[in-house]
Amino acid sequence: MSKRKVTVAVSGLNNIDSPGPGIPVIRGLKESSKFEVRIIGLSYENLEPGLYLHDLVDKSYSIPLPSSGMDSLLQRLAYINSIENLDVIIPNFDAELHSFIKLGPILKRDFGIASFMPDLETFESRHKSVLFEFGEKNEVKVPKSKMIFSPNEILAVGNSFGFPLVIKGKFYDASIAATPEQAINYFHKISAKWGLPIILQEFVSGNEVNVTAIGDGNGNCIGAVPMRKLYITDKGKAWAGISLLDDELIKITNRVIGNSKWRGGCELEFIKTNAGEYYLLEMNPRFPAWVYLAVACGQNHPEALVSMALGEEVKPFDTYQNGKLFVRYSFDQIVDLAEFEKISTLGEL
Amino acid sequence: MKINKNIAVSDNGFIFNPLSGDSFSTNPIGQEVIRLMKEQKTKEEIVKLLAQKYNSEDSNIEKDLVDFFQMLLSYQLISEHE
Repeated sequence: MSKRKVTVAVSGLNNIDSPGPGIPVIRGLKESSKFEVRIIGLSYENLEPGLYLHDLVDKSYSIPLPSSGMDSLLQRLAYINSIENLDVIIPNFDAELHSFIKLGPILKRDFGIASFMPDLETFESRHKSVLFEFGEKNEVKVPKSKMIFSPNEILAVGNSFGFPLVIKGKFYDASIAATPEQAINYFHKISAKWGLPIILQEFVSGNEVNVTAIGDGNGNCIGAVPMRKLYITDKGKAWAGISLLDDELIKITNRVIGNSKWRGGCELEFIKTNAGEYYLLEMNPRFPAWVYLAVACGQNHPEALVSMALGEEVKPFDTYQNGKLFVRYSFDQIVDLAEFEKISTLGEL
Repeated sequence: MKINKNIAVSDNGFIFNPLSGDSFSTNPIGQEVIRLMKEQKTKEEIVKLLAQKYNSEDSNIEKDLVDFFQMLLSYQLISEHE
């Protein structure tokens, strides 16, 4: 069977110590049995490693930061599309998703570029600051949390939730504070990097287990693969992990994806307590950086996303291989100055 | 005596618990015990077989076996032992 040719734009090419999901998503797409994929990389920084991975990324363009506003992003995407004739766009950064969700209908209407993301209401409903309500609505346990704008609020919340307390940034970063003093310190550190608000979350003890999943937006969970981190970097990122056989976790994931009518890829982060209870800590609104493990386990989530974006019906995956590991590695790419110059000056490579 | 459902044990005695993601290595005696457990042998049968093979008192073998089962239990590789 001949493969359908598609051109897919992918962001999140920052395959660094705190990696974006772009490169793993691209690996999944390049291994698709249905599509012959031309990859257009979208980058925010000239040193994103994916820019120089030419066997995976066919052509790259820099795009404006989310802080530049949607108009400049739309203009840039229109220019890229005029050259590349994009079929699908897959944004992979939390911070850019808001803009891409808003631009989604415009990109489809004016340029015929498909995407597959939740609507803004669903996207906002799983935000860290309202996750507790999201849990109640979708019948999943969530630790208590409170959004704060000043360190003066820490003591009252700490007295209510107890210590240790988890201090979280709006988009990224989380630290566990054993005392109010530590909590204030983390508040300043994280807010300096990611801005306000800061989310304070009740600490739940147990093992962290994560799920990469994809929903069709109609209440069906198309795929889900659970993983436990085996090696964690000082930034809290998985450097190695293993796929798990956990029917209960799959059941909870199906319920969350189904009830919320999630559309697109996501990552659910849970704590499994010693009593065997699952608490949802976060729902990230895009594929995780370890999504390629799902591909290796028999569920090509990026391929499923492109299929659904193109309007094809996708049957839910019903199996995956457990006991499959991923082990990351770092690799020094050698780049000619001319290439660096090209992306730095022309914004294209 | 049964190893929990879904626990994978290789011929080399490498044990993987797919529910927790934990993996363990066992020494040759541990491998032998696990092989006998997979053959549905009871604790008493395992004690007899090992005592005979290693020319030891049943009580010594039983003590070590109970310790081993306790360890398997704590790692959730068996649910309970006799």
